[in-house]
Amino acid sequence: MTSESTVIRGVCPYGEEPVDFVIAGGVIAEIVKAGTGAGRVIDGSDLIALPGFVDVHTHLREPGHEDAETVETGSRAAALGGFTAVFAMANTSPVADTAGVVEQVWHLGQETGLVDVIPVGAVTVGLGGEHLAELGAMATSVAQVRMFSDDGKCVHDAAIMRRALEYVKAFDGVIAQHAQEPRLTVDAQMNEGALSGQLGLTGWPSVAEESIVARDVLLAEHVNSRLHVCHVSTAGSVDVIRWAKSRGIKVTAEVTPHHLLLTEDLVASYDPVYKVNPPLRTRADIAALRAALADGTIDAIATDHAPHPHEDKDCEWAAAAFGMLGLQTSFSIAVLTMIDSGLLDWRALADRMSVRPARIGHAVGHGHDLVVGVPANICVVDPAASWVVEPLTFVSKSRNSPYSGMTLPGKVVHVFKAGKATVVDGGLAW
Amino acid sequence: MRHLLSAGDLDVDSACLILDTAAQLASVTDRSVKKLPTLRGRTVVNLFFEDSTRTRISFEIAAKRLSADVINFVAKSSSVSKGESLKDTALTLEAMGADAVVIRHSSSGAPHRLATAGWIQGSVVNAGDGTHEHPTQALLDAFTLRHHLRDGTGDLAGLRVAIVGDILHSRVARSNVLLLRTLGAHATVVAPPTLLPYGVNEWPCSVSYDLDEVLPNVDAVMMLRVQTERMQAAYFPSVNEYSRRYGLDIRRMGLLPPHAIILHPGPMNRGMEISADVADSTRAVMAEQVANGVSIRMAVLYLLLGGMSEDDRKGL
Repeated sequence: MTSESTVIRGVCPYGEEPVDFVIAGGVIAEIVKAGTGAGRVIDGSDLIALPGFVDVHTHLREPGHEDAETVETGSRAAALGGFTAVFAMANTSPVADTAGVVEQVWHLGQETGLVDVIPVGAVTVGLGGEHLAELGAMATSVAQVRMFSDDGKCVHDAAIMRRALEYVKAFDGVIAQHAQEPRLTVDAQMNEGALSGQLGLTGWPSVAEESIVARDVLLAEHVNSRLHVCHVSTAGSVDVIRWAKSRGIKVTAEVTPHHLLLTEDLVASYDPVYKVNPPLRTRADIAALRAALADGTIDAIATDHAPHPHEDKDCEWAAAAFGMLGLQTSFSIAVLTMIDSGLLDWRALADRMSVRPARIGHAVGHGHDLVVGVPANICVVDPAASWVVEPLTFVSKSRNSPYSGMTLPGKVVHVFKAGKATVVDGGLAW
Repeated sequence: MRHLLSAGDLDVDSACLILDTAAQLASVTDRSVKKLPTLRGRTVVNLFFEDSTRTRISFEIAAKRLSADVINFVAKSSSVSKGESLKDTALTLEAMGADAVVIRHSSSGAPHRLATAGWIQGSVVNAGDGTHEHPTQALLDAFTLRHHLRDGTGDLAGLRVAIVGDILHSRVARSNVLLLRTLGAHATVVAPPTLLPYGVNEWPCSVSYDLDEVLPNVDAVMMLRVQTERMQAAYFPSVNEYSRRYGLDIRRMGLLPPHAIILHPGPMNRGMEISADVADSTRAVMAEQVANGVSIRMAVLYLLLGGMSEDDRKGL
């Protein structure tokens, strides 16, 4: 190998037998017996190599809300979280509903270069739910948008949703739906249940999600198009998606780390750090979501990373913004909920955090199994490490993490994006 | 006790202490000089983000009868107007040295947040938060029930109380259900199913859709205000239909046992949840509720701000 090659020495791909990964020319050039690879050595002993994570659901807030996050700070958070590609949702200001805005976001991502920032285009103009945005223009722009979403708002009009699903077939696009029936969730603040009644907070009933998921899978079947369900939060939605998949409907789904771990009981504190949309649900929902992620009914873990300036959380519940940070904690929550519980092994975790999300959004070059010849998008993690969450130390511009003070298992140690180290020894490479 | 945020935070002893203290303090109201020096030099802020002249005046009179300095701070709700935030208002009050903050807010949990977010050191009294709780209302209702249906002492063991109306949106109902349970009484909430919260079957009370069936078996009935706007959101079809099915009129009053009393937290919608004849009948105790409200709020401020000294007791 040439002097430009890098060797990850003695690392265990998917937690299996240790090997040396030789990285050169942006790809995995060789996988050889541990200790035999040549090049600049990065120690991988006792560490696990996984394909770089792909997040199909982040809010990087730029343009328009740079007080909460920018493409650069969001990229830094993503890299530290083990990601090599993230999808940036369209609810910016202006909304990413034109080729111009998605190209701007794409260029900002390229300039930072820590992860591939893949813009998501809005489905409707201004997220207004009435007129289709120029989906084709976004698809053929330099950003090559394939995933479209009005996330934050539901495409609630059935006729618009049908047309959107049909229209994106022309360029193999996918509609990512924020499933929330608006009339059933007017002023909704938390999961509807006995606790919402007790706390006097307007309920966000499960059925408001499930009824949209049910409608959308049937629409996707009718027009034979691709549907992706964002942040599935209820056991009922899982049942509907499982049924749809068994029927051969082209539906994929994601679950957030927080919906895999946190329950609505936290809302009793009235601390808005737990205010999120869809809301935290119940233990039974968590069990169903974990089981669905384990059996593949849910395809991906996606963070729904939603930064907010401190003042939008340091207030009374009703006045607070919805959303939680996720990029820097996603891997650890996945370890805690899915690996430590025995529900997923490392290979399956790689499937849910890299392979399938990359496939859902057509993240070119990402989500490949760690074999010779593929782009070297690699995340190296320490499964034995643990760390205490201190949001003030996050590289994100915001600190609205619900895990503050918690000790979490698993740590991201090194990350390579297209062969270039972005994270070394747990710190950013630049 | 440092704050009063929820009726559910009170155990039977602390609830009875408040009721007993209120009974003692009520005697002040009967004097020609209606004033005790107890809270002289202490500052009580009435922080009202939502209009409620009745409740604010009640707290104001209570604090003044205890010689506290009272400041009324009427603010716009930050969730609506994006004016000064709750936090900045709290920091301002803290800097000015408020010993107690009585807060009314349209956002459920705002008093809880004020008490726990580390913004202020003083005591927080919940004077009604969104659709969550209104603990002093429940205390004054318990005080009224105890006066009429018990001998004015002890708890409310065995008492049967119907709470009728918009349970879903009522902070009065929530606080009453919790406090009545603590005091040993049995509550039944009565409403059309649309005006009952999801999960009400897990509340420590009975649930009924049929007012006529409930009335013969209660010692008291609390009628709640029903806002006619609820009709727009399809909670019920019309004022007339609501009134026919859940309004307390003369015929329904006749179903009550002879000793039963009628309460209403006010303000009443005469002709909606309660007919004028019933509201003006001798079994209706609304005026007493208002008077008792002052005594209860005196007791709460008294106990939160340090309780009674020996001199105070002698002065009673």
